[in-house]
Amino acid sequence: MEEIIVSGRSIPHVDPILDIWGLPISLYLFLGGLAAGITIFAAVVTILKKDEQYSTAAKIAPIITPIALAVGLLFLLVDLHHILYAWQLFTTIRLDSPMSWGAWTLLIITPLSIIWVAMHMKSIMPMLNMGGCCLGVLGFFIVEKNDGSQVNWEWRYPFLINFEKFVIAQKQVFAWIMLVLGLVVGVYTGILLSAFNARPLWNTAILGPLFLTSGLSTGAAAIMWLSSDHHEVKLFSKIDLFLILIELFLIVHMIMGFRAGSEIQIYAATFFLGGDFTVIFWVFFVGLGLLIPLVLESMELVGKKVPVAIVAFLILSGGLLFRIIMVDAGQVIRFLY
Amino acid sequence: MKTTRRQFIKISGLGAGSLALATPTFNLLSGKQKPQDDIKSKRYPNYCEICFWNCAGWVYTNEEGKIWKIIGHDDDPNSNGRFCPRGTGGVGSYYDDDRLKTPLIRYTKEDGSQDYREATWDEALDLIATKVSEIKNKYGAESIALFNHGSAGKHFTHLFRAMGSSNIAAPANAQCKTPRENAFKLTFGHELHSPEPLDIQNADCMVLIGSHLGENMHNGQVQEMSMLIERGGTIITVDPRYSVVASKSKIWLPIKPSTDIALLLAWINVIINENRYDKEYIEKHAHGFNELKEYIQPFTPEWASLITTLDPTQIVLAAREMAAAAPAVIVHPGRHVTWYGDDTQRLRAVAILNALLGSWGRKGGFFFSSSASVGKHPAYKVPYPKPKWSWMDIRPGDFPLANTGITNVLVDGSHPDYTGENKIKAWFVVGSNLPVSIPNKQRTLEAMDNMEFIVVVDTMPMEITSYADVVLPEATYLERYDILRLAENRYPTVALRMPAAEPRWESKPGWWMAKQLGDRMGLNQYFAFESYEEVLEAELSKLGVTLEQMKEIGVLKLERPYDDAYMHEGDEIEFETPTGKIELLSTELAALGFDPFPKYTAHAEPPAGYYYLNYGRVPMHTFSRTSNNPNLSDLKKEHDVWINPIVANDWGIKNGQYIWLQNQAGVISDFPVKVRVTERIRWDSVFLPHGFGHNNPKLSRAHGKGVSDTQLISNVMHDPINGSTGMRLNFVTFLTEDPRKETEA
Amino acid sequence: MRYGMVIDTIKCVGCTDCVVACQTENNVPLGYARDWVVEAVVGTYPELHLEIRTERCNHCIDTPCVRTCPTGASHIIEGGIVKVTANECIGCGACIESCPYDARYVHPNGYVDKCTFCDHRVANGQDPACVSVCPTYCMHFGDLDDPNSEVSKLLATRNSKVLAPEAGTKPQIFYLI
Repeated sequence: MEEIIVSGRSIPHVDPILDIWGLPISLYLFLGGLAAGITIFAAVVTILKKDEQYSTAAKIAPIITPIALAVGLLFLLVDLHHILYAWQLFTTIRLDSPMSWGAWTLLIITPLSIIWVAMHMKSIMPMLNMGGCCLGVLGFFIVEKNDGSQVNWEWRYPFLINFEKFVIAQKQVFAWIMLVLGLVVGVYTGILLSAFNARPLWNTAILGPLFLTSGLSTGAAAIMWLSSDHHEVKLFSKIDLFLILIELFLIVHMIMGFRAGSEIQIYAATFFLGGDFTVIFWVFFVGLGLLIPLVLESMELVGKKVPVAIVAFLILSGGLLFRIIMVDAGQVIRFLY
Repeated sequence: MKTTRRQFIKISGLGAGSLALATPTFNLLSGKQKPQDDIKSKRYPNYCEICFWNCAGWVYTNEEGKIWKIIGHDDDPNSNGRFCPRGTGGVGSYYDDDRLKTPLIRYTKEDGSQDYREATWDEALDLIATKVSEIKNKYGAESIALFNHGSAGKHFTHLFRAMGSSNIAAPANAQCKTPRENAFKLTFGHELHSPEPLDIQNADCMVLIGSHLGENMHNGQVQEMSMLIERGGTIITVDPRYSVVASKSKIWLPIKPSTDIALLLAWINVIINENRYDKEYIEKHAHGFNELKEYIQPFTPEWASLITTLDPTQIVLAAREMAAAAPAVIVHPGRHVTWYGDDTQRLRAVAILNALLGSWGRKGGFFFSSSASVGKHPAYKVPYPKPKWSWMDIRPGDFPLANTGITNVLVDGSHPDYTGENKIKAWFVVGSNLPVSIPNKQRTLEAMDNMEFIVVVDTMPMEITSYADVVLPEATYLERYDILRLAENRYPTVALRMPAAEPRWESKPGWWMAKQLGDRMGLNQYFAFESYEEVLEAELSKLGVTLEQMKEIGVLKLERPYDDAYMHEGDEIEFETPTGKIELLSTELAALGFDPFPKYTAHAEPPAGYYYLNYGRVPMHTFSRTSNNPNLSDLKKEHDVWINPIVANDWGIKNGQYIWLQNQAGVISDFPVKVRVTERIRWDSVFLPHGFGHNNPKLSRAHGKGVSDTQLISNVMHDPINGSTGMRLNFVTFLTEDPRKETEA
Repeated sequence: MRYGMVIDTIKCVGCTDCVVACQTENNVPLGYARDWVVEAVVGTYPELHLEIRTERCNHCIDTPCVRTCPTGASHIIEGGIVKVTANECIGCGACIESCPYDARYVHPNGYVDKCTFCDHRVANGQDPACVSVCPTYCMHFGDLDDPNSEVSKLLATRNSKVLAPEAGTKPQIFYLI
């Protein structure tokens, strides 16, 4: 029998188990992954010049991106303990710190994602109810226009009109930039955790690809949910099916990696193989969040009618649950010494 | 339920108008505090009052002049400049917002219930002076008893002597070291006192019997033990628990509780029969060796093995280790030694073993300590009146060798069942939490209920304060002048205590209270000084230093007048025993009709499902006094009961679970205690650190945390030699459900 | 120059004086601690082994905390002492997550706090508070680069170990065993 007693301390959020990072961080990672997934799909569809065909992916779903990023950032800020000093994040760029380049990437991608939405505004929202109060902030940027065309509004300031023209002209370049930034955010959410080699569970190279895949999967699910176009739903259902398979492969790979790893990693694996996180991980995340959607999407492929909303909901909640589990379990499993 | 005259009052809601919070407040915009530079800080000399070791040190204040930290004094032989955690955490005793804040007076409300009200000092002191004078006139001053502890007690001792009562006792004796002091006096003609004159730093071997040095932070001894370890010396530990020091021992003997005398006799047997004793020393200085040799023959290691459950070869090996190191060997006399009621005899065996090894008066064994003497202020030169009777007359004939007042005899004289002549009628309790420090709490409560008047002086709302008629808030040691510390050690020292801050709230120093009462009771001549500085100045003048100089140096280090720390070759030594020799055979015990040699007696064993209740110390707390100290409670908020995994498995008890303890007499603990399932305790015992389980809710940090061992110690074995209270023959069993819920249902 | 500590587990009794000394010296708020004591027991009664050691920031050479800090609040000063600048710290917790020793915590004021090796005392030529109070003299502080320092000599003559070497941080607190 081994007994370890720590005396003289019981520090909030550190003892008896670490929980410096709680739900806000999980939500932040989830929203970041979702935003990244949607951005990547929008960019790819645009690069492939299929943005008219898959307009939900290219134009409508990206509306979620700035919202997800903003809310995600809000959660990140909520989790900062010395919040009044948050501006210090932007006084330096520290390439070694995922937190630093994550902050900078978000600083860049958030306005770009808003521009992306604005670029498609006339196409997705041609007729705005100009008298309504629901315009909100948008009211500061647009004016009513009645020239008989299909669009009943125009940007309020000439530089906005010019800028729109410029962006639309450079749409392909813009899409490439968004693709790169989307990938950075997608991978970043995983690397944020895997950079901590003090936490054996996080300290695996698979976490980056796994989080990216999961982010793409949630992105695809969001597009499926929003799309009313049968072909688009089917395409993203197929993509998602593929992503789920990759995700499953990566998960198995990760756990097997732990089993074959150092003493601490073997110990980490036990948390998922009989330990405290076994049921929530295998039943709720893998079962409900991956396998059932996998089955449902396969059924859809062979022509069965499957409610898309359920599939999308399962995948999205699975994605969130996965991040909650990883953040929690990662902090529980500490170095043995 | 019997109604008591004296209701337990929870001191609450009083003194709520407290000053600014002592604890710093925090805000998000704060930059980091600049660390304090102690070289530039102001410091005030003091000696620690958190435990009896009384280490001398410095109290530092920060830039705002508030108490910041306490550091040991380099010239202090008790601490060598290093305090233990309790001394370092002593700042918490000043900052504790649960402290008593104003004098309190018990009163009866219209509905018949009792409560305290805040009072002014004049009001409280006048009331005490009137009541005490009344009782004195009616029953004599002797009927008023003083229970004291620590340096504040000395001022009240002076008051009591001046009043004409010598009924003064401290739990530090009959609940602690009396058997040891008796045994060493009987054997070597010399008591050990405090700090014990153990030359551990020069010893090659130290034997600890039930003493868990390192968990009891007897500072100087812990430091010297570390030196012994550093030098590769041998430690032998006898303990049913794998104590910290057991883990540092070459030989650990996991003995069956209550069988120590058998082991000691076997060791004496081995050392004599293998001719490993110090022949020259014994021949020259000892009395009764041949009788001892004859007496000891039956007590072989094999005999002891059957009793103690120890491996006989280990017993022999341990004896040989000691002998190999002799005379630089110490069979440690321990401190709290009141275990089984035959403790004086056990300590006699320890003393005899030390004598055979020749360690008394030898380098690496027991040295002779030296202490300073100071002058006297005229107020302290006035002769005291002679009391007509004292605590010795309460139970005449009992406990012939009791050398100081016995707390439990005073309790006997106070109890309604006492039929003798010399009744106690009123109590003064100074810095001593009697319901928690004297075993058999119920009897103590009954005695208190029988008192006409009780005054309690304390810094904290301890349990005892709830039974007082008047409660006086004492300033902590960091806020007051006090008696000079004249510690006995390798060299004599004088240490000053002076305030480093003004007393918080209305608290006052003990000397001030004693003087105010003395003045009010017409004892002015005993208190003919305006401030205590006057008294200190007069005392110091004999040494040629002024108080101002002492404030600068803190500790006055003096030379030993003679080179007499150890015995010298060829010295003719007259020991202060009847034979003038080291009495292996105690002529004094024989004359009183006790066994002249220690005898092993089998003690009761726990019935099935019960376990020996072994209690002990944790390094960050002193008794029950520090469990509410914010800094020390931060280190250990609650204790746990140690249970062997085999036992826990039998009971289906899990690590970290809370259980209630019930003793052999059916006493159930007030609160539950957390279980620590650990291999470090024997299967027939549990271990419960002492000092927890406070039941006064006003102790906001300590209340309800764990189990009071004192509550469960209802079986008390009085040592017939001196009346000390053996407390280790209590057995506990486990209750996994809240027992009080059941009775309510 | 590289400051480090050598701690003798054979002498330590686990009294936690180091903890309370640090708290008072550095005004560490109650409920928080920059150092602590670990007891590890192995074996079965009565064949037991107990190791007691006082732990704190290891002031590693390879510092994941400094690496993961997004603002540069966590930094290394002369002698290899790892420190946090309070008003550069945003309290994101990345350094806490990155420390294999759980040696950092969020101060109630919001910034991350940790052991400083009492650099304010070291600047005065004093030992860190924990070292200076230890009643068992089990802690030693000094320059590991100096072969004549007490710490270097102890490491040269005694068996020692570091904690979690597999974390790869090159900790600078050594335990004599």
